[in-house]
Amino acid sequence: MSAIESVRLSGLALLQRVERFFDAFFGAAANPWRHLGALGFYFLWIALATGIYLFIVLDTGIEDIHTAIEYYTHQQWWLGGVIRSLHRYAADGLVLAMLLHLARELLYGRYHSFRWYSWITGVPVLWLVYASGIGGYWLVWDQLGLFSAVASAEWFDWLPIFSDPAARNFQPGILNDRFFSLLVFLHIGIPLLLLLALWVHIQRVSQSDVFPARALGFGTLGMLLALALVKPTVSHGKAELTHLPELLHIDWYYLFIHPLMYATSPAGLWALVGLATLLLLALPLLPHPRQAPLAVVNPPNCNGCRRCFVDCPYGAIAMAPHPDKPGHELARVIPELCASCGICAGACPSSTPFRSVDTLLTGIDMPQQPVGALREEMQRKIAALAGPVKIAVFGCDCAADARRLQGADTAVLNLMCTGLLPPSFVEYALRGGADGVLVSGCREGSCAYRFGTRWTEERLAGRREPHLRPTVPAERLRIHWADGHELSSLKAALEEFRQNLQSFGADEKRLRPYTPRRIAQHG
Amino acid sequence: MVSKSPLNPVALVGQALFYGLFAVIIGYFSTSPAYRHLAPDMALIKLSYSHHGQPVTECRKRTAEELAKLAPNMRAPMACPRERSPVTVEIELDGKPLHKSVTPPSGLSRDGTSTTYQRFEVPAGEHTLSVKMNDSVRHEGYNYVREEKLVLKPAQIVVIDFSADKGGIFFAQ
Repeated sequence: MSAIESVRLSGLALLQRVERFFDAFFGAAANPWRHLGALGFYFLWIALATGIYLFIVLDTGIEDIHTAIEYYTHQQWWLGGVIRSLHRYAADGLVLAMLLHLARELLYGRYHSFRWYSWITGVPVLWLVYASGIGGYWLVWDQLGLFSAVASAEWFDWLPIFSDPAARNFQPGILNDRFFSLLVFLHIGIPLLLLLALWVHIQRVSQSDVFPARALGFGTLGMLLALALVKPTVSHGKAELTHLPELLHIDWYYLFIHPLMYATSPAGLWALVGLATLLLLALPLLPHPRQAPLAVVNPPNCNGCRRCFVDCPYGAIAMAPHPDKPGHELARVIPELCASCGICAGACPSSTPFRSVDTLLTGIDMPQQPVGALREEMQRKIAALAGPVKIAVFGCDCAADARRLQGADTAVLNLMCTGLLPPSFVEYALRGGADGVLVSGCREGSCAYRFGTRWTEERLAGRREPHLRPTVPAERLRIHWADGHELSSLKAALEEFRQNLQSFGADEKRLRPYTPRRIAQHG
Repeated sequence: MVSKSPLNPVALVGQALFYGLFAVIIGYFSTSPAYRHLAPDMALIKLSYSHHGQPVTECRKRTAEELAKLAPNMRAPMACPRERSPVTVEIELDGKPLHKSVTPPSGLSRDGTSTTYQRFEVPAGEHTLSVKMNDSVRHEGYNYVREEKLVLKPAQIVVIDFSADKGGIFFAQ
């Protein structure tokens, strides 16, 4: 393992501890760490909504804007001032959420293979967020706005793209309202481009998380409102082309590039941001584990039910007209989108192990872990179990290593993703000799394939198809989510489950045994 | 979503604390720490001009033979060179050299403007600012000179610019 990979994994373990800590207070659904992308979108929606209001009410002339903003900040603080502050703090929150989102995805290693598209398309988003935000400061046209405009112009003047230095525009007698109209145009146009870039960014994920859970949304809005009231956004003095303020209260989320440029040079700043951009763009090209084989559709066993199509987290399954059965559909895997997670196989109704066919073939399957092989492995391992309480554990390759729980009385079946588990396997294990079934995987929001945890939990709770039959006694099923560093927690859950099962009578809450009856499959 | 937000008092207090911390982080770095762009008691002199240097040679009258070779609509009596002279600027502050540059004309035919933009941080106070410019290769020495006593306040910006309409070099302050 390389030193960089070791650092990444250490950082990931720390992040997952933080996420787990926040789960205790927010719940996974409203845990900001687990929904940084949605939080970023939410901040953007707030900035857009408040920006529309400000555009309507503010005078947009170079001589008038500062006076107008001062009026709304101080005289009409209860509406215009609050909206201005919300606009500003939402924009700051957007940067914070975006950078944390980037760092989180990096720590989780989500930048290569099928994820290259989302990673690469995220890079222009960074530039557009900064361009939108920095342009907003110029619009206020106070001393800070002027400083930022001049610093930005001096930075771009290093590039050989202007015949006259852009910084020359900020001299007495040169600026007029036409320049200001350009600023307004940019501050509307660039955020529109940002929206387009974000739309492109989320194209390869289905059911994109662009709105946070209600609790997180209300909490965040309340936080921004409180901040707007406690620390309202105020302007510096009116822009003076012949005088700089001694101290500038700069917004470090956006304007840190200006002090950085003056501490280095325009060329130095271009080198830094250029290098950072290239590094981000090059990450997917660096050596990384080869992607596992893709899902494969088995037409004779696909009835076109669309469950895989609905459950695929990356929109990698399309439904096509069945070539032989008019009026029917057939699933089709889109290779460039497939994440090789197996969630589709878990969604397929043909994946039930109760089918009497000798060789279990399902409608959509993973070549590296076919459902038929999983049934055989389960039968073999459960048959070999010994001891007073026999437990079958379904683990996940991306979560705490369940294989470490393997023992004489514990059969472990590790899946590529817990979402690959057809719920009927739980019943099959219980009727095949296991006293209890423990299902494990990544915590909600940590799933390497987005919905593995969520779909599994919903399927086992009977809220999603294919569902676990209600006749399965809930007492004999235990679900325990544990991230990679939480093996001890998983061990403890297994022991506690075993003791709980031991308290049951021999036939208490037990399903009738099932004797497989196999027939040869046709076709 | 699978899970719901916990609603017990400890969780709610914890949420309030974390939202408060989030607000503090957003609010603090949105204006702090303050940034001092210029050291105290410093002022800023900017040299900024965009100026066409003089043509490198005089215009001359075309001969009758030259005119005859041209298309009828192109027979301008005077032939003027496109290429412009580079612009040389020398700045002295209190008699000491502060800056000297030679800016070539832009364009493939070297017929565009010579432009420059430079910043000089100088101590505030009284200074003698002397700027000399040459914009013609046909002229020895400097053909524009301006010298002025200035009292620069801390953080003041003075721009050295050139405009033929304003009589050449001027200080905008």
